[in-house]
Amino acid sequence: MAEINIRDVRKSYGRTQILHGVDLDFKSGEFVVILGPSGCGKSTLLRMIAGLEEISAGEISIDGRVVNDLEPRDRGCSMVFQNYALYPHMNVAANIGYALKVAGVPRAERQRRIAETARIVGLEDFLDRKPAQLSGGQRQRVAMGRAIIREPKVFLFDEPLSNLDAKLRVQMRVEIRRLHKRLSATSVFVTHDQVEAMTLADRLIVMNKGHVEQVGTPLEIYHRPRTRFVGSFIGSPAMNFFESTVAADGNFVLLDGIRVAIDAALGSANAGNAVAIGIRPEHCRLITAGTANSIPAVVDFVEELGAGRIVHVEIDGQDFAVAMDEGQLWEAGSTVGLQLPAQHIHLFSLETGLRLDDVPSLKRTMKTTVAA
Amino acid sequence: MIERTPILNAVTYFIMFLGLLLILGPFWMIFAASTQSLAEVNTVPFNFMPGTDFLHNVQEAWHRANLGPALFNSLVTSLLVMTGKIIVAALSAFAIVYFRSPLRHFFFWMVFLTLMLPLEVRVIPTYNIAADVFEPVRWLIQTLTGVELSLQWNLLNSYSGLVLPLIATATGTFLYRQFYMTLPDELAEAAKMDGARPLRFFIDILLPLSRTNMLALATIMFVYAWNQYLWPKLMTTEADYQTAMVAMRSLIPSVNSLPEWNISMAGALIIMLPPLTVVAVLQRWFVRGLVSTEK
Repeated sequence: MAEINIRDVRKSYGRTQILHGVDLDFKSGEFVVILGPSGCGKSTLLRMIAGLEEISAGEISIDGRVVNDLEPRDRGCSMVFQNYALYPHMNVAANIGYALKVAGVPRAERQRRIAETARIVGLEDFLDRKPAQLSGGQRQRVAMGRAIIREPKVFLFDEPLSNLDAKLRVQMRVEIRRLHKRLSATSVFVTHDQVEAMTLADRLIVMNKGHVEQVGTPLEIYHRPRTRFVGSFIGSPAMNFFESTVAADGNFVLLDGIRVAIDAALGSANAGNAVAIGIRPEHCRLITAGTANSIPAVVDFVEELGAGRIVHVEIDGQDFAVAMDEGQLWEAGSTVGLQLPAQHIHLFSLETGLRLDDVPSLKRTMKTTVAA
Repeated sequence: MIERTPILNAVTYFIMFLGLLLILGPFWMIFAASTQSLAEVNTVPFNFMPGTDFLHNVQEAWHRANLGPALFNSLVTSLLVMTGKIIVAALSAFAIVYFRSPLRHFFFWMVFLTLMLPLEVRVIPTYNIAADVFEPVRWLIQTLTGVELSLQWNLLNSYSGLVLPLIATATGTFLYRQFYMTLPDELAEAAKMDGARPLRFFIDILLPLSRTNMLALATIMFVYAWNQYLWPKLMTTEADYQTAMVAMRSLIPSVNSLPEWNISMAGALIIMLPPLTVVAVLQRWFVRGLVSTEK
């Protein structure tokens, strides 16, 4: 167990800067997930914690000790790699026990711990096999066994589930969570998969283009994304956006000539501000066309999911996704009414991408009126 | 492209058969000649049927060229050259691939350049160095400090002299480099996380993984070292250090002696055997090591 402090850490290759000053603190025993699109610097950050990548500027400390110049073996971290990186010529037992062998742990002790680790990751019957004779999920378990046998202070996971098929991924996700509960070592998990991120994280860090966009619990991030990027990156299908200008009297925006009331207070948005209005597909509602407080829209096409469906409607040439339970079936081409409940509207500055209405006490009323 | 038509198949087989004949023909000639008597071997046209003097010829060749010690010398030097080449190649490729030193590309291309320079090109300077190993060191110290040292180390007529100049290998380094580059970077990183230092990683991970590669290299290098003629010929003036290839020279009839080609061919047959055995035993890995990498 150890806490990790990251202070203004930067990474650059020549003149290209990959990380632009990252400040983060991971509490002891916490399961932190770093989420972001590929190329956002999340893996680089993880590898810098591990010691596989040099730190260009800034400071990383583990358990209060600055580790910038320490070799990976002296940092007390262990890592699970995306492609597992098992030693192909060693059997499972040798793979799991290699770290102990290097550390000079006596043979008897080593075997005891290998057996114990194999039991934890469920590989007792496969100790004599070579990695090539194992399935993807089993290889993944070997990689995890190799990480936990050293009893490290910190676990680092570099997209460990992305090479597995969908079903196995769900299963391993649960196992990782269970393992963490049991070992309660500080864990840092890097992924680009938002479902993994939401389900695993105690705390979620969303990164983009070398910046930390937001830090918070999965629910905080889902409900109050700090930037437009976070809003669009978290949630599936992605958040709907439309761009508009705050009207002169300051409490509504126009969508296809229709007033969408947002709120009198509006957070820090002023009249005339260019804004991006976001609303999640699962928060939009479809009703019969012409109902009060609704925007007329044309159904473009419908995606059936079995447990529900996603209806794509068009307003002013712009696609809006609406996620629905089973319920009513909407025919493609029919005209419907789209309701945007005001309490679910997210307001971002078009210029900076930052959230504008971040005033938790705001109570909003839903009111969509047709412009005069 | 894979095509199956009877006519093409027949043509392909015919061409392959011609190739086989071209390769096996001389071997058969050597064998046939080595079994014939002096009179038989000199008949025109050459008789391709084996005679009955095989044992006599082999014995004759063995004694005349003193093949016992010569074969022993060849075996020792070839094995040493082979081992040395593998170790040097594995280590130098390790340095080039796994260490991010700024000059590694420069060194790699310098090594690569020597691929174009066979031993024959550098044989005179190499001989100079072998005759006086510390000459460059002495020269350097003298130019720098003015002190004249009397360090002497002469490699002529020694196993070191036969082996050392042949050990550096661009081919081997290149082969090993290509192999290391097929291994995922994560392997080195995983070993690092497991606490292994570079040499430990090299011994525990890289060497076992490069087994097929190593055996392929061993095959090529053994044959290469066995077939060396010019360098041993230059190096060794004493009969004690003569290699089989050099000894073979004494079996070739000169202008005024009997044209005993049957004896020379018997000698050639004996000398051919060790590399043939090595290739026969290792050919399975030889092909695998050169063609693909075991995953």
